[in-house]
Order: sequence, then C-alpha cells, then structure tokens
Amino acid sequence: MLHQMHELGVTENIVNITLAKAGEAQANKVIQINLVVGELSGFVPDCIQFYFDTLSKDTIVQGAVLHFESVPAQLRCRNCSTIFPPQDTLWSCPKCGGQSVEIFKGRELYIESVEVE
Amino acid sequence: MKKIEVIQNVLEANETIASRNQQLLDKHKVFAINIMSAPGAGKTSLILQTLTRLKGRLNIAVIEGDVASTVDAEKVQSEAKAVVQINTRNMPESCSLIAAMIESALKDMPLDNIDLILIENVGNLICPAEFTLGEHKRVVISSLPEGDDKPIKYPLIFIDADAVIINKMDLLPHVDFDIAAFRRSIVGLNPKVEVFQLSSKTGEGIERWCSWILEQVETNVVNR
Repeated sequence: MLHQMHELGVTENIVNITLAKAGEAQANKVIQINLVVGELSGFVPDCIQFYFDTLSKDTIVQGAVLHFESVPAQLRCRNCSTIFPPQDTLWSCPKCGGQSVEIFKGRELYIESVEVE
Repeated sequence: MKKIEVIQNVLEANETIASRNQQLLDKHKVFAINIMSAPGAGKTSLILQTLTRLKGRLNIAVIEGDVASTVDAEKVQSEAKAVVQINTRNMPESCSLIAAMIESALKDMPLDNIDLILIENVGNLICPAEFTLGEHKRVVISSLPEGDDKPIKYPLIFIDADAVIINKMDLLPHVDFDIAAFRRSIVGLNPKVEVFQLSSKTGEGIERWCSWILEQVETNVVNR
C-alpha cells in the first residue's frame, strides 16, 4: 500500500467537488458520480473506489455508485495529423511512419456529471 | 433523480496551489526545477554535483521528497543554502510530491536569499507526471541501467519534461542501451526537449548541464 498510491488525494477532490455540486443543487443524496479516466492517466479506478468508500462515509455521497468511463489512448502524428491508437511499444504513425506524435486522448481525469435526488 | 453537469478536472485543486507557488517564487525571484526519475537513477548525486559546481554563483536550496528517511537531506545539507525534507509516507500522496507539500516547504525557506530551488521528487516515473508543483522547469533523469524503453513505457513524464538527462554514461560499454533510439523516442514525444548525456560519477557532461541551469535562471530573472 505504500507505493504508488496517489489516489487518496484525488478521491478527496472527487468527494469535495461532488459535495459542493450537490449542495448547490440542494440535493439530499448523491446516487452516482460519472468519472472520465484516460487510459494513459496514472489513476486506477479500483484504488479510487477503495478510498471513496472510506472518504464518503457519513456524507450525502455515501453509497453513491462510481461510474468510470475509460477513454482509450489516441495519438496524433505531428507530421500528417493522422489519429491512431498506440501499438504497444511502437508509437510511430501507421500512415507516414513519423515518430513525432502527441497524445490526442487518454490523459483525462474529470467528473463529467453527478446524479442526485 | 437529477443529473448535474460538472466537467471539472479532478486535479484542478493541485494546479491552483501550484500556480500560487509559482507566483510566490516569482515574487522572490526564485527559480525552481522539479527533478524526477525512477529510484536509483541518480537524482541526489546529480543535485550534489550541481551544488558543488554552482557554489558561489547561485544560492541554491533543495527540497527533498522521499517516502521515508532523511538520508538524502543529510547528504546535501552541507552544500545547500537551505534544505527541507518532505516525507510523504503519511500524506495523501505518498508516491509523489504535490503542490501543497511544496507550499508548506516554501514557508520554511529564506526565499529572498535564494536564487534556485532544486526539488528532488519521490523516485517514481508514474505519479509525479500527474502533479505540477509550481516549478519553472521539469527535468527527468533516465540512467543507462534502466534501459532505453522508458519513454515508451512511461510517456507522460517525458512528454511534459523540459529537459531529459541520460545519466551514468560511464556505464555505456557495459549495458545494452541504444542512445540514438532513446533520443529518437523522447524527441518524438516532445520535440522541444533539451537532452543531456552525463555521468554524475565521472563529471562528464555536468558542465553543460550547469550552464543550462545558469542560463535558465538568468533568463528568468531578466524577464521579470
């Protein structure tokens, strides 16, 4: 548990943002939190869930379902703008063979919406 | 049931503190470099070499981030203007420094007497990539024994780096590390990156690295 646990602070933020939004909407209970997590982001959904169960205790967020939408990695070739999924250890463009690429999708970590009642 | 649109970055809280840190550093004309690498790539040795070589030219402070212990802080103590050790073991993030830790470390530093802060992050190639600290430059060290495939395995940390150091060049005859392939993959991910090849042990290449730091610090002060 000691290593590579950076989900605690992140989960705290998830709970805090949700509490603020639910408060603004004068909600009594949060049913679901919809999260978007990029495949290349270093965050592990199971880990977020683990901390969430503890951190949400005794709040209106307790018991809410964490729904994770995973965003697959997509790269964009800086030479010909082709968008393609990374192939394992090979990050070169399938169209022009260029090796200069940028991440187009897959770094996300955000709350898309919360469902309350 | 009601659905509330949020679209809020979960890392925003960290980024807000990071930009506050940078404002504080800028106010005191302090330049900060975040040094990241896997454990054992040579962060502390490079910091020691840098302190020794730049002594008398820059007042340098060090922030040491480790999961536990103060061994690194003790090593740099005599050469640095100020040292703050952060142990992350009992903190929300144990695998990386985060902006809030730097914010409290800066409170213990005589900022008006410092030109440069070298921040030694926790040894890890994954987590530090996600957290900005308020630094001006991000530097990643890769050492030859780690292998030349790290940029492909841990792309994020390389994509955001301003400089990448290939350390332990003295081991080149003994390891299978394709320097050209490594350079190609980092430049592919990050065309603006500055690459340094050096050995903290023999001192080879350290001069160029130190000149780069001096140049960065001077440019930064002039621009303010």
